[in-house]
Amino acid sequence: MSFINNLKKVLRQNIREYGMFIALFLIMLIFTIATDGIFISSRNISNLLNQTGYIAVLAVGMTLVIIIGQIDLSVGFLAGFLGAVAAIAMVSWKLPVIVVIPLVMGFGAIAGVLTGLPVAKLGIPSFVASLAGWLIYRGALQMVTLKTGTIIIPNDAFNAIGNGYIPDIPGLDFLPGAHKLTLLLGIIAIALFIFNEIRSRRKKKEYKFDILPVDMFIFQVMFVSLLIFGITWILAGYNGLSWTVVIMLIVTAAYHYLSSETVLGRYIYAVGGNPEAAELSGINVEKIILIVFGSMGMLAALSGMLFASRLQSATTTAGQLFELDAIAAAYVGGVSAAGGVGKVTGSIIGALVMTSLTSGMNLMGIGISSQYIVRGAVLALAVIFDVATRTRGK
Amino acid sequence: MKKILLEMKNITKKFPGVVALDNVNFQVTESEIHCLVGENGAGKSTLMKVLSGVYPHGSYEGEIIIDGESQEFSNINESKKTGIAIIYQELALIPEMTVYENIFLGHEITNGISVDWNETIKRAEKVLKKVCLQVNPADKIKELGVGKQQLVEIAKALSMDVKLLLLDEPTSALSEDDSENLLGLLRELKKQGVTCVLISHKLSEVIKIADTVTVLRDGETVGSLSAEKGEITENTLVKLMVGREINDIYPKRKVKKGKDIVFEVKDWNVYDPSRGKQILSDINFNVRKGEIVGFSGLMGSGRTELALSLFGNPGRSRVSGDMYIDGEKNNFSHPENAIKEGLAYVSEDRKGNGLILIQDVKQNITLANLREIAKRGVVDNNAEIKIANEYKTSLAIKTPSIEQKVLYLSGGNQQKVSLAKWLFVKPDILILDEPTRGIDVGAKYEIHSIMNELVEQGMSIIMISSELPEILGMSDRIYVLSAGKISGELSVEEANQEKIMHLATN
Ligand SMILES: Nc1ncnc2c1ncn2[C@@H]1O[C@H](COP(=O)(O)OP(=O)(O)OP(=O)(O)O)[C@@H](O)[C@H]1O
Ligand SMILES: [Mg+2]
Repeated sequence: MSFINNLKKVLRQNIREYGMFIALFLIMLIFTIATDGIFISSRNISNLLNQTGYIAVLAVGMTLVIIIGQIDLSVGFLAGFLGAVAAIAMVSWKLPVIVVIPLVMGFGAIAGVLTGLPVAKLGIPSFVASLAGWLIYRGALQMVTLKTGTIIIPNDAFNAIGNGYIPDIPGLDFLPGAHKLTLLLGIIAIALFIFNEIRSRRKKKEYKFDILPVDMFIFQVMFVSLLIFGITWILAGYNGLSWTVVIMLIVTAAYHYLSSETVLGRYIYAVGGNPEAAELSGINVEKIILIVFGSMGMLAALSGMLFASRLQSATTTAGQLFELDAIAAAYVGGVSAAGGVGKVTGSIIGALVMTSLTSGMNLMGIGISSQYIVRGAVLALAVIFDVATRTRGK
Repeated sequence: MKKILLEMKNITKKFPGVVALDNVNFQVTESEIHCLVGENGAGKSTLMKVLSGVYPHGSYEGEIIIDGESQEFSNINESKKTGIAIIYQELALIPEMTVYENIFLGHEITNGISVDWNETIKRAEKVLKKVCLQVNPADKIKELGVGKQQLVEIAKALSMDVKLLLLDEPTSALSEDDSENLLGLLRELKKQGVTCVLISHKLSEVIKIADTVTVLRDGETVGSLSAEKGEITENTLVKLMVGREINDIYPKRKVKKGKDIVFEVKDWNVYDPSRGKQILSDINFNVRKGEIVGFSGLMGSGRTELALSLFGNPGRSRVSGDMYIDGEKNNFSHPENAIKEGLAYVSEDRKGNGLILIQDVKQNITLANLREIAKRGVVDNNAEIKIANEYKTSLAIKTPSIEQKVLYLSGGNQQKVSLAKWLFVKPDILILDEPTRGIDVGAKYEIHSIMNELVEQGMSIIMISSELPEILGMSDRIYVLSAGKISGELSVEEANQEKIMHLATN
C-alpha cells in the first residue's frame, strides 16, 4: 500500500518531468489499440524514429536558441538549401561524402552565425533577423534547384545515412531474426544507465539532498531500463538501429552533456535567465548568442542532409515547415518561452510525440487536414499543462 | 479606546520546505501608523501578501477580520474593494507609460466604452496634489527619479478608496530627503484617516514615525510595542528582532589600512550619446590596500555609472581616461576582463542585474567564477556543492537548501547570495553598490563584519552607499559625488553628515 502512496506522491511532485513521458506513452498505447498493434510493430517504430530524425536534430538546436530567449525561423529552408548544396557538392563538384558532410555543416555554422550577428551585436529581434533568413534561404533553395528541379543523389554511402542500418555482428546464430548488435548496444546502455543512477544517488545521499525512497528508486530504474530494452527489442526485430537513430542519439547525448555539465551550458542558461546579470558576471553574452546560433545552423545542415539522404534527392520544397515542427517539439518538450528553462532531452520527447501523432494518424487513415488540427490541439494542451504545473510548483 | 481596523488571527503559511508564518497574530488600530519589522525572511512580505489576497484564501490557515467582518479574499481585486492597497517591495509601474496612465491602470475611468482621458488627467492631478508631487501627469514614468516614482505608487493607491495602505519597504531605495518626504506624507494621510502598515529595515525611521510596532521573528510574532507607552527604542527593537543585543552595527577594524595605492583612476570621463549628456567628468581618485573607500552622493549623482564604467560595462556610453591597478594601466572592454584583473562589482539591483532568479542558490554563487570549479570546460558538481555550502554557512544565508531557487528567498538573503557570488571570485578590489539596502540590522552587522575581515586580509573595498551613517561608520576615506563630478574628499576623522550633504548638494 505504501508503495502505491509513494508512487502517487512522486508522480505528483514530478508531474512536469514525467508528464511528457506519460503523454508519449498514452499516445502510443492509444494508437497501438486503434491500429490493432500495427503501430507498435517493429517496422513502424523503426520508420517512426527515422522520420523523427531530421526534426529531432533541429529541435535540439532550437531548444538552446529558445533557452537564450531567441527564436530561429530560418532553419527550415536553411536545412533544405544546405541539403541541396550537399547534393550539388556530390553530383557536380564530385566531392567525396566524407568531405561533403563536414563542409556542409561548416556552411551551416557560418549561416547560423550570420543570423546571430545582428541579434548579438545590434540587439535586433531574432524573429525579424531569422525571418529575413527564411526568405533568403527559400530563394536560394529555389535558385539552385531551378535548372534541374529535383537533384537526384546517386551516392550509396550518403543515402545510407537516411535509409541504412548498422551492420550486425557476423557469425552469431542464436535468436534468428533479431539484430544482435542492436540488442548488445541496448544492454550496454541499460548497464550504463543503472550504474549512473546509483552513483548519482549515492552522491546525493552524501550531501543529504532529497532522494527518492528506495522502492521508488528501484521502480524508476526498472521502468526506464525496461523501456530502453523494449525499444531495442522492437528495433532488433526489424533491421536494428538505423544510422539516423544513431546520429540522433549521438547529437542528443552530446547536447545533453554540453547543456547540463559544461561551463558553456551553464552560461547558456544564465544568458537565458537574465542576460544583464550574466553580462555583469563576466559572461560574454554576444559570444554565447553567436555560439548558440552557430550550433543551430550546423544542426540545420545535418538535418538537411538527413532529409536529402532519406529522399535520396534534393527537392525544391525541402525543409518547408521544419522550423515550426522543431519549435513545436521544443515547446511540447517543456522549454519555456520566457527563456532560461528547458531540456534537450525534453525536446526529443516532444519531437517523438509529434511524429507519433503523424504516424499513428496516417496508419488510421485520418486525413491531413484533421491531422493538423489534432497536432495543434496537442501543442496547445502541452503548453497549457506546462504553465499550469509550473505555477503550482510554487 | 480606539477601534480595531484589522485583525489577523493565527495565520500560518507554508511553502515547500519553509514555514514562512507560524500562528501569527497581528492587530492594527484605526488611523495609526503601524510598523512591521523583523529580520530578512521573518515573513513580513508574506504576511502582507496573505492580507492583500496575493496568496488566496485556502492557501493559508487562520482568519482575517476587517472592521469586524471576517474576510476571505481570493485575489487582489477583492481586497482592493474592501479598501486595502498594497505597494510592493519592488516598484510595479510601467516605465513607458505616463504618470496618469499608471495611476489609473487597472481601474480606468471610462464613459461606457472608451477611456475618458480628460477626466483621468483631472483626477490624476487631484491625487498627485494629495501626495504633494509636482509633476506633469503626462510625463513618462521613466523620466522620474525613484523618489517620485514611489510617490506615484502611493497616488495610485489613493486614487481608489483606500482605508488601509500597506507599504513594503518603500524607503529602501530612497535618499534621506525622499524618505523624509514620504514619511511626512504618511503622517498627513493619517490625519485624513488612512491607516498605514509600513515595513522597514531603517530603525531610525521606524522609531520616528510608528504608533505601534509589531516584531516578527522566524515567522512568529515576538512582540508588539506602543509609542504612547514609550516602548519603542532601538535597543528593544534590535533585541526582539535578532534575539540578542548588537551594540554597534559598524564594528571597528583591528588593523590600519595599508599605504600602497592599488587602484587609481585618472581623468575619467563618461559620455552618454543617447541622452546627449556628460554623465561623469574629470573623476580622479585612488584606493589603498586594505582600505574601505566610501562613495557618497545623491541619487543620480553618477555613482553606479562610475562603478559600471570601471567594471567594463558602460552600456552605450563612451568612456575616456586612465585606470591603474597595482600601478599597471588597464582598460576593460568587458566585465570578463575586469574580473580577471581582480575586480568585482556587487550590483545595487540584485533582481534586475545581480542574480538569476530562476536558478538556484548554488548556481548563482558559482556563476562568475565557474572556471575555477571546472576541469576542461566541465563543471565539477561536487566542488560546486561544497563551495555553495561553505558560503551558506559563513554568510548565514537562510534557505532550506542550496538547491532552492533564488526567487523564493527573502530580499536580504538574496543580497547575501549576491555577495557570496562575488566573494567567490576572490577579488583584490571589491566594489559594493548599496551593500546593505533592504537588509535587517543583524545581517547588516554581519555584512559589515565580513567587510572588515576582507580588508584585514588585504582586500580593498569601494563602497557606494546612500546611507550616511553607513558611509561614516565604515569608510576610511570618503569621496562625495555631485552631478557627475567629485565635489570633495574627506577623511573619516573630519567627515560628518553636514559636510557630506553640503558637498553632495553643491
Ligand atoms: N514563493 C515562495 N516559495 C518558497 N518560499 C518562500 C516564498 N516566498 C517566501 N518564501 C520564504 O518565506 C520566508 C519569509 O519570506 P518573506 O519574503 O516574507 O520575508 P521578509 O520578512 O519580507 O524578508 P525581507 O526583509 O528580506 O524582505 C523566507 O524564508 C522565504 O525564503
Ligand atoms: Mg520582504
